[in-house]
Amino acid sequence: MSAPRSLYVEGAPILSRDEAQALAKRVLYFATADSTRVTIRSAARANSRFAVNQISTAGDNVDTVITVLSSFGKRSATATTNKLDDAALQQVVANSENLARLSPEDPEALPELGPQQYAESTGWSEATALLDPVARAAAIQTITEPARAAGLISTGYIESRGTALAIANSKGLFAYSRTTEAVLTTTVRTPDGQGSGWGGSAHWDWSKIDARALGGTAIQKARASQNAVAIEPGRYTVVLEPTAVGNLVQLLAGAMNARNADEGRSFFTKAGGGNKIGMKVMDERVTIFSDPLDPDIGTNTFSGDGLPTNRTVWIENGIVKNLAYDRYWAQKQGKEPNTGGGGGGFGGGGGFGGGAGLKMNGGDQSLDDLIAGTERGILVTRFWYIRPVDPRTVLYTGLTRDGTFLIEKGKITKAVKNFRFNESPIFMLNNLEAMSRAIRVSASESGNTGQAIVVPAIRTREFSFTSLSDAV
Amino acid sequence: MPFSRRDFVRASSVAAAALGVSHLSPREAFALPSDLSSAPIQDPAFKALAMRALEAAKGAGASYADVRISRNRTQNVFTRERRVQGVVDNETFGFGVRVLVNGAWGFAASSMITPDEIVRVAKQAARQAQASGSTQLKPVILAPGQAPVTDGVWKSPIKKDPFDVPIEEKVALLLAANEAALKVKGARFCTSSMFFLREEKTYANTDGTYTVQTVYRAQPSLNVTAVSTDFTDFQTRQSTDIQPKGLGYEHVTDANLVVNAAKWAEQAVEKLSAKPVDVGRYDLVLHPTHLWLTVHEACAHPTELDRALGYEANYAGTSFAAPPDKTLGKLKFGSPLMNVRGDRSQAGSLSACGWDDEGQKPEDFLIVDKGILVNYHAITRMQAPFLEWWSKQQGKPVKSQGCSYSQSWADVQFERMPNVSLMPGTTERSFEDIIAATDKGIAIVGDGSFSIDQQRYNAQFGGQLFYEIKGGKVVGMLKDVAYQIRTPEFWAAMDMIGGPKSYELCGAFGDAKGQPSQSNAVSHGCVPTRHRQINVINTGRQG
Repeated sequence: MSAPRSLYVEGAPILSRDEAQALAKRVLYFATADSTRVTIRSAARANSRFAVNQISTAGDNVDTVITVLSSFGKRSATATTNKLDDAALQQVVANSENLARLSPEDPEALPELGPQQYAESTGWSEATALLDPVARAAAIQTITEPARAAGLISTGYIESRGTALAIANSKGLFAYSRTTEAVLTTTVRTPDGQGSGWGGSAHWDWSKIDARALGGTAIQKARASQNAVAIEPGRYTVVLEPTAVGNLVQLLAGAMNARNADEGRSFFTKAGGGNKIGMKVMDERVTIFSDPLDPDIGTNTFSGDGLPTNRTVWIENGIVKNLAYDRYWAQKQGKEPNTGGGGGGFGGGGGFGGGAGLKMNGGDQSLDDLIAGTERGILVTRFWYIRPVDPRTVLYTGLTRDGTFLIEKGKITKAVKNFRFNESPIFMLNNLEAMSRAIRVSASESGNTGQAIVVPAIRTREFSFTSLSDAV
Repeated sequence: MPFSRRDFVRASSVAAAALGVSHLSPREAFALPSDLSSAPIQDPAFKALAMRALEAAKGAGASYADVRISRNRTQNVFTRERRVQGVVDNETFGFGVRVLVNGAWGFAASSMITPDEIVRVAKQAARQAQASGSTQLKPVILAPGQAPVTDGVWKSPIKKDPFDVPIEEKVALLLAANEAALKVKGARFCTSSMFFLREEKTYANTDGTYTVQTVYRAQPSLNVTAVSTDFTDFQTRQSTDIQPKGLGYEHVTDANLVVNAAKWAEQAVEKLSAKPVDVGRYDLVLHPTHLWLTVHEACAHPTELDRALGYEANYAGTSFAAPPDKTLGKLKFGSPLMNVRGDRSQAGSLSACGWDDEGQKPEDFLIVDKGILVNYHAITRMQAPFLEWWSKQQGKPVKSQGCSYSQSWADVQFERMPNVSLMPGTTERSFEDIIAATDKGIAIVGDGSFSIDQQRYNAQFGGQLFYEIKGGKVVGMLKDVAYQIRTPEFWAAMDMIGGPKSYELCGAFGDAKGQPSQSNAVSHGCVPTRHRQINVINTGRQG
């Protein structure tokens, strides 16, 4: 076959800095609006999926998407295309400008940013870029073969992607970064459906993901989770593995929006008005931050409107240090903006999610230490189908899945049936007892690459399980 | 072919010059000639490209191949109170080639629609399949396909193309609706939006089928928030009376947003002073705008065949309704009042199409018959042979249900649910009739919070509006209500069902399944029901 070995290198569907800048200039050349922003996302994605111990699908795709935001005074609109010839570029600019002219004035419109300084993104890995179908198949076999040999049924998924993201505007701003992401997750089940175990990890650097070890974890948990017994729902001390912690801690990102807090519709609203910045809301050992340059995060170093993203501490020693301010709300409240959005996009609604990852500092214990220090509690591998119930308390519901065990006198004694929880990450981190070292996890339910989440395993009290599930 | 190789080279050179690079990068042929990037999908040039992909796939060893070339246009308009937050027009255009080589699937896709790229991608799909074949234990076997359709054409039954409606009209309608909501005392915030999709796609396979389809979808929505004067409570009301449909702009016009916005705002304010629910067991009277989501999660998902067979174990999960040989014709899924139908034919439904993404024309079929599971759904040509024994027992051929679907050109098609609908009872009976027949219970309108386990046993559902029923009458509004169920018991506890006139078509755009996760749009026809003695919890907690 003459096809290049790598999706990302010889095939080069990802635009270089020079190519992206030239393309952006071409779009801006066609623009006639008062101001124009062009965003270019050029990506190659590949995946292999396996079920019943063999690959069920494998594929890849390449695409480059141009997004044009045009503004006439305070009127603005956006159009996108993935066609790069001159006629298509002219057309997308015309679409955006026509829509903008017809849109009403936005009283919250802000001018485009001028040129900015950005740190160089660190999240590019050749190991991820070189992960071709043969290499993915080989990694999968390190899971399927031991599972099959053990008489078990493995399923799972590998995804890798390389993305170049560029933003340019008519005020001379230009930002470019190139990042990779990889994720591997596997679920191994017993043939009778009575045992199910999971292993998974994500990282921008594929070489940090150990397929065989993750498969081994899933196999071990599939076996150990058989013969689960029902125990009463209620409030339990829990040891949450890092993935389970990531599943819930990442929910804080959406909740920490400053505007929602100031407007009275958030947990972070202070009774009587205002927000909770400066107030203690969690255990004093909890510190949570975003940092695009953290070695385990490695995201883009700018947000959607071209604002540089820096290390931002959200919770420091249990105290609310920052809420997420987009440019508009920051200006209105006399704060520094610290999150993307705004500027004619969809600012004001979200928190700080997706921008520069999320890391919760850990402690010095191991997961085994956390278990050993538990008199009676539940060990949770991961959570599933997590959905909001009440934004007033950041209350979510969901279920445990793929490895839930009873701990008695410091030892895992038996598998237990899965539970539904109704709990808030705020309460969970208030009731903190102990933490392990923080690691990168795959915290997205879908197994897609998701946000970069780095969290410890924790032990916490009074975690609220409200009912039992018969699901294995 | 209406364009030559030379045209492509010229287009590529122009594009390369546009990039300002001195060399031609490997991306040289990324541009569709400008006369084709806006050409209608019916243009014979696309058929020629599709055939070229199939030839290249066969040349690379494919025993079967198919190709989709599709152009998706979407438009979003978002507003908040008195301002427009965003007007966004998206277009994505590309193709995907799927091949079966030595019994293993491979897929590749690209946005560069050129004769060279379509050949590269077809070969790349074969390369994916060959790599996968290294782990192959059992080859993929396809059920026989239908007789090939040559030049089939299908279009959603729309009255007004939403992309022909001026943006000012859309913006004005949304802002007027927000204004109507904000006039209600206590309603502090209001967001509203419109979303439209037009997907034009060609499909061709090596069996000789070639189809061109145009699919439309539309969803207007609105969300009102009321905040208490002391900032200790806030409540929202989402516009769940208005469901997404496979229709055009007429769906927006028919939604009567301005009048409804005021009503929804009043309800949001009323929720602030609603009584917190006492936990316990209640008879639940569920409105179709609520129940459709329970049908989706706790009836449609557990009866997907790929889930029952373990193909979704790593993400969406497996099913309590498994294995098939122990459940088909035997499993008591719910009360004898329960009849559930699968289809992709209901006019205005989200799943409606002429042919699926394997070129098969879907049929209507029963999934639950008088409470008994009689069929799985989401069955494609690859999945159908797994139920050969059941088909033979029923005296039916082994065949696809026409349920193959992909969200875009960039993703591989796979098993997706059709519309799955809870059918009406034979007696005419309305939501109000069921309330009147209930002594002590809670009526729930609109879908809210939802969560269900990976085998679809344990589920928890909230809603938009909750009404306390006493002595056959609504006596007041409740809040902080959610109910928890064990699926088979919930459906077994259904003792009243609405009649033909109470049937409504509801549904969702964003049903996620598969890895990489893909969104499916699916409708659920639904009637009001009553379920006896269901466990209700109070979701309010102190912060």
